[in-house]
Amino acid sequence: MSTPISGFIVLSGILFAIGTAGVLVRRNALVIFMSIELQLNAVNLALVAFSRMHNELDGQILAFFSMVVAAAEVVVGLAIIVSLYRRRRTVDVDAAAELRW
Amino acid sequence: MAADQIAFWAFAPISIASAVLMLVQRNAVHAALFLIVNLFTLAVFFLLLDAPFLFAVQIIVYAGAIMVLFLFVIMLFGVDRDEPLVEHLRGQRALAVLLGIGLVAEVVLAVRAGIGFAARAPDGFELVNEGGNPKALSHVLFSEYFLPFEVTSVLLIVAAVSAMVLAQRRARSIEPAEARGNGA
Repeated sequence: MSTPISGFIVLSGILFAIGTAGVLVRRNALVIFMSIELQLNAVNLALVAFSRMHNELDGQILAFFSMVVAAAEVVVGLAIIVSLYRRRRTVDVDAAAELRW
Repeated sequence: MAADQIAFWAFAPISIASAVLMLVQRNAVHAALFLIVNLFTLAVFFLLLDAPFLFAVQIIVYAGAIMVLFLFVIMLFGVDRDEPLVEHLRGQRALAVLLGIGLVAEVVLAVRAGIGFAARAPDGFELVNEGGNPKALSHVLFSEYFLPFEVTSVLLIVAAVSAMVLAQRRARSIEPAEARGNGA
């Protein structure tokens, strides 16, 4: 077996950085949300790579749990975006700049 | 060069390219489609890392369910509106790119200092995956990680209830009107 573990971890770091840049740069709430998904997936990749590196299954279990939490997070986040859209008729995050209305 | 190395070097550029393209698309639907490509390449990486169960879960849950949810919400909002590109914070975009590059450099340095670039997966993962990966995972999940697994079910129920509460339409404004109507 010669799977390049360090390659996977570097790739996971690159994907995480792209996701971070997406969260910082984009203003469409949906695209920001997709970037967060990208970050979560990058972390999952690192977890599975570490699991392979240490010959343990705990990393895969953690990645599994993080997928479940991500699913719950998507449900709540999309509901928040839907209610934001109902109130403001836009998904631009700059439109929701004040803390009260 | 081994087959898994060829697969890694073939799919890693696709993965990075689809992530970058997701970032620069102005249309949310196109961004979602590129994200689906990215999720599929990550599923391939899970397969390369001897995690076939997570490979299946990744495709079913992420590329299937979550992305359908995303596309559903995008379609709900209408896809014809474009994102205005006027930036309110000066220099935010350049700073974000700079910080992203810094993050990558940091990870590369950490990998170099920690395990080195030539780190290979050790032998003997077949023993860990004895009887198949899903079976081995279930043994760990339902013994060592049983309590977190049960807590997860609570989390899912809370998420479902909160989504219903957040997304219901004008329930609070109807209730007082009805109460007034009944009282009069």
